[in-house]
Order: sequence, then structure tokens, then C-alpha cells
Amino acid sequence: MSGTALLEAVIDGILAGGVYALMAAGLTLIFGVMDIINIAQGIMVILGAYLSFELSVHAGIGLLPGLLITVPAMFCLGVAIEFCFMRRLRDQDRTQMSILVTYAVAIVIEGVLTAIYGVDYQQLSASYVNSSVHMFGFYLPDIYLIGFGMAVALLVALYYMLYRTKFGRGVRASLQNRTAADLIGVDVNRVRTLTVGIGVGVTAVGGVVFGATNSFNPNTGYDLISRLLAIVVLGGMGSIAGAMAAAVFILVINDVVAVWWSPTWAPIVYFVALVIVLSVRPQGLLGHAAVRAQ
Amino acid sequence: MRVLSRLTNGNMRLGGAALLAAGASALSVAVASAGAHATGRTASKSPIMIGASLSLSGDFSADGQAFARGYQLWAADQNKAGGLLGHPVKMQIISDASNPAQVTTNYQKLIGSDHDQLVFAPFSTLLTIPAARVAERYQYAMVGGADGGPTVFSSGLRNVFDVSIPVKNNLVTFATWVASLPKSKRPKTAAYVTVNDPFTQPQLPVAQAILKKAGVKTVLNKVFPAEVTDYNSIASQVAGDKPDLVILGSVDVPTVSAFTHVFIQQHYNPKAFIATAGPDQGAQFVKAVGSGNENGIFVPNGWYPGFKKSDSQKMVREYVAKYGGSASGVNADVAEAYAVGQVLAQAVKATHGFDQQKIISYLKSGVTLNSVQGPVKFDKLGENLAQKTLTFQWQNGKLVQVIPTSAAGSVRPQYPKPAWG
Repeated sequence: MSGTALLEAVIDGILAGGVYALMAAGLTLIFGVMDIINIAQGIMVILGAYLSFELSVHAGIGLLPGLLITVPAMFCLGVAIEFCFMRRLRDQDRTQMSILVTYAVAIVIEGVLTAIYGVDYQQLSASYVNSSVHMFGFYLPDIYLIGFGMAVALLVALYYMLYRTKFGRGVRASLQNRTAADLIGVDVNRVRTLTVGIGVGVTAVGGVVFGATNSFNPNTGYDLISRLLAIVVLGGMGSIAGAMAAAVFILVINDVVAVWWSPTWAPIVYFVALVIVLSVRPQGLLGHAAVRAQ
Repeated sequence: MRVLSRLTNGNMRLGGAALLAAGASALSVAVASAGAHATGRTASKSPIMIGASLSLSGDFSADGQAFARGYQLWAADQNKAGGLLGHPVKMQIISDASNPAQVTTNYQKLIGSDHDQLVFAPFSTLLTIPAARVAERYQYAMVGGADGGPTVFSSGLRNVFDVSIPVKNNLVTFATWVASLPKSKRPKTAAYVTVNDPFTQPQLPVAQAILKKAGVKTVLNKVFPAEVTDYNSIASQVAGDKPDLVILGSVDVPTVSAFTHVFIQQHYNPKAFIATAGPDQGAQFVKAVGSGNENGIFVPNGWYPGFKKSDSQKMVREYVAKYGGSASGVNADVAEAYAVGQVLAQAVKATHGFDQQKIISYLKSGVTLNSVQGPVKFDKLGENLAQKTLTFQWQNGKLVQVIPTSAAGSVRPQYPKPAWG
């Protein structure tokens, strides 16, 4: 095992971490604000990939310009899901029930995708999917660099929205104490609806990068969800920066262990790391204890 | 939050699949009729129900659906030929969502509750073991087309059969050919990377032993879990070691596709690249790796759409007529499934009935049976030793038979592998 291979694994982990942060950002937002565990997040990533596939193959719209359509489309889907299903959940058993509700949503989406596309594997293609740049003595894949760049840009935008806008103050107020937020005039229902819309909308960005780096079919989402949930829990529920930090942390550990030792042990090691971190900081890397006290 | 902790410890895939399977089963997903256009004497007799659990969703869904088509195609042909002993055949296919626990439930239902007269195996070694255990309790024969992993035959099951080639010998033909190359042309180094699956894992050590004896040095030997969603680090490590030969133990298209894309990104083109499964998936594989990138990739198998055998060619024509596409896009799973029906039909005909013990004894009697994949002759364990593994290669957008080079129908292998694209 050379130092070069180890360094390459670290860089791969950082870049792949950005891609996973893109997929987990929406999950942490919804989790943090609404205490809703969105089991459908994995299939929504795949749905985002299918939308990009559709635009790319049938309308000739490139993967990145296509985001101007897929992100708003997924935002509308998120709003509809919140309005139709999540809003009806009672506060006292919201978290537990949300698992069932979002699982049902996942099955419906999976069923619709299967009916339309079948189970044949698809993969998004573009000129930058197979190209790479030579930097630091390594070939760094363009698609991962693009994914990482989009992750940073998107997470900065979400951070700005949360901490520099009136809507963001409403989100954070709802996150800290939804009853108090209601009392001071925050329209909590509106905040929740828009939060789910944003959370699902950003998933389209994760979907396009996932679909360009992996073959997918309507069943692929199940492999993603356990890792995305681990990222959200480790980063701190509701923390966008935490999702980024946790994604990079987990993927770097995963890739280094895979290269240095064995890919079989990689998930075990990062789940052990997850347990250790959570036993020291139950609120996650960048989460706030008060949030979970609600 | 017990549910959450279960999700975060990585069990979601299985748990999700189980719930999905339960839902699918509850809805009795697919009671797929074989078309049963029974004519003449078959019309007056009651139908024979043949049950099978297949992965219509989940990790093996692409293979499971291809298997379903193969079973249905055989049943339709059998009905056209008068059914089984004059009875029309009806397939009862229910989904297991690629979940071993659901497979057990499904065969309990098919045999114990529905009393189907015959059962066909599910897809994969992984799912056949629990299925065969249920079938053995009811003393049913369990004949499959994709259950050739050694664990199936070392499980002490006396009722299980695989009409395809035993998995552990899959790479022998290829490895022997590599070892036979002149020393100046022979690869000097090889990487062995495989998913931890009972189908792939037994194959690599056999090939490695042959190549090691021929002086091919191992530079990497790694096993990765089936749940991997990011192959970048593993594939980059292979590319970084720059072996002349890559042997990839894969069960599906996404794995081979991910390695291919990383190899291209890393400007690495091995002299030879073989994957145990994935490249045999026809048009799906080409679509995933990108047109042109498939050329030069090898895959071991016992059958391909161009296989020169009359019943195989008829099956391919019927498949294209029924499901569309082109002959080269027909998945090898279809032939494996079709062959299961052919073999059981011959056993039923020879034993003049549906007595499972008689069928099992007949299949183990050393008789040679016919299938679209070639001859079938089971040993005492239920492995088919009558066929020899062939190795195929994508050349100019077509999957062609290349090894053994002396075999009828083989064309010259492309070596070294052409550049990507």
C-alpha cells in the first residue's frame, strides 16, 4: 500500500462525499425541521436521475441545464407530498408514522417508474462523465469535481437561505421550537411545506450526479438510504454543514479502509466510527442538542 | 427509535425489500398465465400449475424479469406442443423482491398452500438455497438455471439441480486460454476483484491458481460488499496498480459499468478484462457502459443469442417477436430459464407423471437431456457436467463466442483489448 494510493483514496472520499452531501442535504433539512424520516429520499434521488434521463434523451437538454427544470419539478413534488401526506401526521407520533408514510411514497414512486421504464438499467451520459483532469499526480474525474462543486455551491446557498433570510429565520425558529415559532407569528405550515419542497428539490441535483456515476433502475434507491441516514445522523439532524462534514468523513473512512485494508470492512469501520462519534456527541458533528430535545 | 437504529445499521435494503415483497405477495403480484392456448387433447384436461418465485423487484430485478420471460416463453411453447402429458401448463410467478426470507414464504405458499404440481427455482444461488430447503421438506424437485454456486451443492440438499454450467468452472476456459498464450504476449500481472456473492467468489480462486501457475503475478485481490454504491475507490485502486489483466467477479450490469467508467476516467485500458456477469446482458450492458466501450470485454457463459442450435434459434426468434428488440439483446437469463422448463418437461414425460421422487430419481439417473443451452447431464449432486464453459467477447458491438478457440462457432479473440470508445 503506497502513500500515493492512500492520498488518492482520501481525495476520492472527499469528492464522493460531496456527491453524497448533495443527496443527504434534503433529508437533513426535512428531518431537522419536521422530525420526518424521509425513507423515500433514495427513490427520490433515482427519480431525479430519471427526470434528467428523460430530458437528456428525449428533449436533448443537457444534464446540467436540465436542472433548471428538474429542480423545480422535484420542488413541486415535495410540496405535494407534504400537503397530501406529511401534514396529516399527528405531532405525537410524527416520526414513527413518517417512516411508514414515506415508505409508501417510495413504493408508489418505484412502482410508477417500473411501469414506465421497466427494470432495465440506465445511465446518464454526457461528455464530462468519462473525462478527467490530471491534478496532484492523479486523474480526478470531471463528474466528481462537478458534483463536489455543485455540493459546495448548493450548501452555501442553503446556508445563506437559512441564516440570512426571513424565511430561514422561520425555518430555524420551527426547528428550535415549533410552538414558540407559531406564537411569534411564523406560519409553521408554510415553512414546513416549503422546506419539504426545497429538501426534495435539491435531491434532483444529487440524482443527476448519482445517475451519471452509477447505472440505476427503479430499485436502486434502497442501497442509498442507509448511508444517507447515517450521514444525516452523524452530521446532526437539520445541519446542512453537518451533512457535508459527515458525508466527507464517512466516505473518506470508507475509501481509505477499502484501499488500505478491505472493502468488506469499510462499512463496518465507518459505522463503528459513527457509534463512537455519537456516544461522545449525541447531537452529531454539527448538530445542536436543543433541536433533539423537542 | 428502534426502527431508526435498524435503518442506520445498514439493514434497510433487506428490510425494505422484505416489506416490498410482502406487499407484492399480498397483491399476488403476477399470476402469469402462459398464454395456455391449449388445443386438441389439452383443452379437456385440467391445467398443471408450475410455481416459481422470482425477483421482480429489488437487486436482482433485471435478471428476475428476464427469467420470468424465459419461463413464460417455455410454457407458451409447451402448450403449443400439447402441454405436459396432455395438460395445459400455467405458470404461477410471485415476486420475492430479491429477499431470501420472502423466497421461503413464497415456496411455502406455492407448494404447501397452492399445491402446485411442479416448481421452478428462483434466480441466483443466494435465493435458491432457501427455496430448495422448503422444496426438500415437501420432497419436491428444485430445478434452476442460475443456481450453480458450490454452496448450493454442498448444502446437503438432494433435490436441487442446475441446468447451466457449474459456476466454479466458469473462468477455467478463459484462464486456460490466457495461460496458453506465448510468454511474450501473456499478461504479466492480474487483479482479482469480486463482490461477496456465492456466484462470483468461488470462480476467482480457480482462475487465479491457473494463471499463477502460468507465471501471471497477482497485484491485487479484493472482495467488496454487495451493498456498495460507490465503486470509485476500488476501481481506482485497480487502475492505479495497472494490471495487464482484470478479472471482475460481478453479478450485474452496474458493477461492470462502474468499473468501466472509472477505468476510462483513469486513462487505464487493461490488455484483457473479463467480468463474470453483466456483459451477458445484451443491449442493457452496452447502454450502461456507453456504446463502443463494450468492445473487447469478455464474459464466461454457456449460451449466447447466436448459439447455433435449432431450438435456441427458435427461442430467440420467438422472444424478439414477443418482446421486441434484436437478437443480440436477448439476455442469457432467458435461455437459462427456458432450459429449466425443457428439462423438467422431459423428466415428466419419461416418468409419465408428476411424482416428485420419480422425477428426482430420473434426473439423477445419468440420462442426457436436451436444452436450448446444450446437453444436460446431472451428477449425483445435481450439477450439469455435460456442458463446457464458453467465453464470449464483445466485438464491433456484438457478443461473439471466442474461447475455446478451437470450438465450433468461435471467432478469434481480440487481444490485447482495443482502446475504449
